[in-house]
Amino acid sequence: MSRVEVRKTYKLFIGGAFPRSESGRSYEVMSAHGDFLANAAKASRKDGRDAVVAARKGHAAWTSATAYNRGQVLYRVAEVMEGRRDQFIEEVATAEGIDRDVAAAQVDAAIDRWVWYAGWADKVAQVLGSSNPVAGPYFNFSIPEPCGVVVAVAPQDSSLLGLVSVVAPIIVTGNAVVVIASSARPLPSITLSEVLATSDVPAGVVNVLTGDAAEIMPWLASHADVDALDLAGVDDVDVAAECERAAAETITRVRRPGTTSDWSADPGMGAIRNFLETKTVWHPMGR
Amino acid sequence: MAGWPEGGTNGLRAFLHGLPGVDEVGAQGRAAALGTRSIKTSAKVWAVDMSISMVDLTTLEGMDTVGKVRALCAKALRPDPMDRTCPSVAAVCVYGDLAGVARECVGDAVHVAAVSTAFPSGRASLEVKLLDTAEAVSAGADEIDMVIDRGAFLSGDYTKVFEEIQAVKAACGDAHLKVILETGELQTLDHVRRASWLAMIAGADFIKTSTGKVTTNATPPVTLVMLEAVRDFYEVSGRRIGVKAAGGIRTAKDAVKYLVLVKETAGEEWLTPDLFRFGASTLLNDLLMQRQRLLTGHYSGPNYVTLD
Amino acid sequence: MTFDYAPAPESRAVVDIASHYGLFIGGQFVDAASGDALKTVNPATEEVLAEVSVAGAADVDAAVLAARRAFDEVWGGMPGRDRAKYLYRIARIIQERSRELAVLETLDNGKPIKESRDVDIPLAAAHFFYHAGWADKLGYAGYGSNPKPLGVAGQVIPWNFPLLMLAWKIAPALACGNTVVLKPAETTPLTALAFAEICQQAGLPDGVVNILTGAGETGRLLVEHSGIDKVAFTGSTEVGRQIMRAVAGTSKRLTLELGGKGANIVFDDAPIDQAVEGIVNGIYFNQGHVCCAGSRLLVQETIADTLIASLKRRLGTLRLGDPLDKNTDIGAINSAAQLGRIMDLARSGDDEGAERWTAPCALPDRGWWFPPTVFTGVSQAHRIAREEIFGPVLSVLTFRTPDEAVEKANNTPYGLSAGIWTEKGSRILWMADRLRDGVIWANTFNRFDPTSPFGGYKESGFGREGGVAGLGAYLSAEEGR
Repeated sequence: MSRVEVRKTYKLFIGGAFPRSESGRSYEVMSAHGDFLANAAKASRKDGRDAVVAARKGHAAWTSATAYNRGQVLYRVAEVMEGRRDQFIEEVATAEGIDRDVAAAQVDAAIDRWVWYAGWADKVAQVLGSSNPVAGPYFNFSIPEPCGVVVAVAPQDSSLLGLVSVVAPIIVTGNAVVVIASSARPLPSITLSEVLATSDVPAGVVNVLTGDAAEIMPWLASHADVDALDLAGVDDVDVAAECERAAAETITRVRRPGTTSDWSADPGMGAIRNFLETKTVWHPMGR
Repeated sequence: MAGWPEGGTNGLRAFLHGLPGVDEVGAQGRAAALGTRSIKTSAKVWAVDMSISMVDLTTLEGMDTVGKVRALCAKALRPDPMDRTCPSVAAVCVYGDLAGVARECVGDAVHVAAVSTAFPSGRASLEVKLLDTAEAVSAGADEIDMVIDRGAFLSGDYTKVFEEIQAVKAACGDAHLKVILETGELQTLDHVRRASWLAMIAGADFIKTSTGKVTTNATPPVTLVMLEAVRDFYEVSGRRIGVKAAGGIRTAKDAVKYLVLVKETAGEEWLTPDLFRFGASTLLNDLLMQRQRLLTGHYSGPNYVTLD
Repeated sequence: MTFDYAPAPESRAVVDIASHYGLFIGGQFVDAASGDALKTVNPATEEVLAEVSVAGAADVDAAVLAARRAFDEVWGGMPGRDRAKYLYRIARIIQERSRELAVLETLDNGKPIKESRDVDIPLAAAHFFYHAGWADKLGYAGYGSNPKPLGVAGQVIPWNFPLLMLAWKIAPALACGNTVVLKPAETTPLTALAFAEICQQAGLPDGVVNILTGAGETGRLLVEHSGIDKVAFTGSTEVGRQIMRAVAGTSKRLTLELGGKGANIVFDDAPIDQAVEGIVNGIYFNQGHVCCAGSRLLVQETIADTLIASLKRRLGTLRLGDPLDKNTDIGAINSAAQLGRIMDLARSGDDEGAERWTAPCALPDRGWWFPPTVFTGVSQAHRIAREEIFGPVLSVLTFRTPDEAVEKANNTPYGLSAGIWTEKGSRILWMADRLRDGVIWANTFNRFDPTSPFGGYKESGFGREGGVAGLGAYLSAEEGR
């Protein structure tokens, strides 16, 4: 008699906790080969609203941590991901319908990418900030600051590497994020949430909603307390344009869907830069 | 020191604004560094007992009753019912209308401190504040904890604050006056320094951090700045003013850190209930449990201390 | 009754010190070819802690060869992402073993345990964390899109912050793809040897890090070895000169971090209590064995008397004694030789007419100790205003105006650090603009961070350690120095 396994339940990740959708809805998640994998929570606009509140709180805590501390926390995430490597490989392989060794390469790349971003935390200000030689007796410096709360749509196909490539650059500088996971392949995002929940990441810094992006994005795009949108995972050009129009109401910054589907390429600093504001300060120099 | 500083309102403002500033990061750093002192064995025993004897055991709730005050007083007199060697506290601290009840319970064994002057907000006329004070004193309070008018202070009306303190001091008669600065509302350490000096030159016997009724009460950096102020005031006046840290001090470990601050800032002379107090309620039980652990060698628990 | 702090000793039991240590070459501990050894001593008690090998010419050859092989075959070509992971492992292990390393550092160096525990060890771990993150991002540091390492670095470090100085040298070197041979100071080899063990625990490939214990001769052999591409030295200006002469005409790159005579400048609008703390920290932290110490106090004449009085009152609360006691503020002087130098210079202060004041404290019977001391009435011409004492001795001078403060502060062949104490922001920036020092602290002192470049002007050396500027010393994109 083979052992009957205990199956995992997949809920939302909001404010450091795992609630079901307030709507009580769920939807079936199938493997790439059409097998039933699990029922995932189907997030509603109210879950989105709650996630933004949680993100705002999380941002306050996260941005007041030192850059060193953020780097340490992100490195810890990589340590815990490494410990769950096999679990991730299994989930990515079944979700994306790829061979185990291809999935393993993806998972390893995702962990290494997380390590890469962890190392940026205490360097962004040095590379993107400056002191500016203004033509007068003033000390003038520019510092990059996190913009605040970002809503991101994760890539539809790359269920872990693509997800990490969107989330990590947003939070490394102190932003908080509400990410809408891939609709068809959401399960690795919840396992990643379990990693985040156990890695000293302050509650609310990352919030993950599973469900239908097209349903909740209009609400989040027009939300007055969201500072930026990352439309990386929006496939449909009309939906993307609609989000951008909705964001216009409160001049929310928008990163349009990219053309990349090769998440293994070197990300450069573009993803980090998109979610920063530059603050410049002047001070006279005199006796 | 009557008439000092000279120059009336402008002189007072110039004096207060001329005090050296406080670098917040530096002050926080110094307080934190002193918090790493390791107080063990005999030093810890001494510090725990001294802390107990410095507690103003406090109840300041709308729902206080005669019964509650009686229970508090019994505990103040004999904090550890199983151990008579345990020192009693310095004072009980209650609302003025219950000062009489407190005095009846404690006799002369501990002080009775009453809050007055429309505690905690201080928003009432001077007449009301003085009556509040006088009633508490005639009911039996021998210490008065008043609040300064933070509105006046923050709008720069230092003379008003000064004159109120003087008037309350007069209404105290022989009672000794603690002036609550409400440092959580003053927010900056520069304000804390100024308010400390203002209170001292107006006649305070003690300066006190907080009412305990706002979000931020006593903290080590704020207490550090107040201890520096009393130290410096002693240099110019020859008078030692006391400091009371109130609100937010919950553990014996915290209390011992404050004693370290006192010792290394104002000096050993301030390590007496006559010059340093803790305004607290739950702190006492943690001190008692620490005391029990030091005496018995094992960790204590909540069933071995009383709920009053 | 008074509040006397009872003894609060940190336990020695947390660290295991072997009686004898070999050199760390090619991933293994091996004795010196000659069998030579020296003893390292606890300066607080004069007790022998251990015997360590003294590397001679053959050992230096072997170490440089091992480093070269590791560079050519493993480390120089390894992707930055992988180098990063080794450095992260090292950082983590330092954190895990931090208590043990702190006790070891205090025993070998004499510094108070609260400093090893709260400053040295955490900063060492932080240096490895920071530089781990650069290993795979060097193209973003402003040294070209694909900067290359130099090869093998020979590094010689002083005894004042043994493990921290090791971190400042090894972390950037490795992050940039170089391999290293490092010589710790003669009197403080033990944490470097523990670090060698940590390299083994981290699985660092053999030969990437090599540790050669020994004295001045070992350092000379290393620096002059033809097989190294880069020399990094922190120590006295005198030895810095010798090294510079030795590498002249070769293609070895060089950075030097030498002595200092930092001016701590206090204006009459300074936040006085914090300024006093800053002065105390500036010269008495680490017993004054700090190259960037604020060893000259330049105080505005308007407040000189009151400031000195507050300073002396504060010095009365300093606790000198057993470095392993958690309440000790001032530990032992690192060696009898150093104590002798401090005493000589202090005597010159008396001879030249300055007025000496010493904090009242009892000195233990055994070990090497010097109580916190202040000289007032010092002028620029006095030896104690010009020469680096490297001990807990403060020289006090006065000034009248910001211009005069700048002139006096700059009037020295050194240029490592300065402090500025004033509530006026513009004055801080005006002064900072004019002070010829590599590190300027405003309303604080002795703050270090791996992101913040450190190094001197003039005879305090050249090159920077830490931050983006510090990477340049270990990359081939920069020409010149």
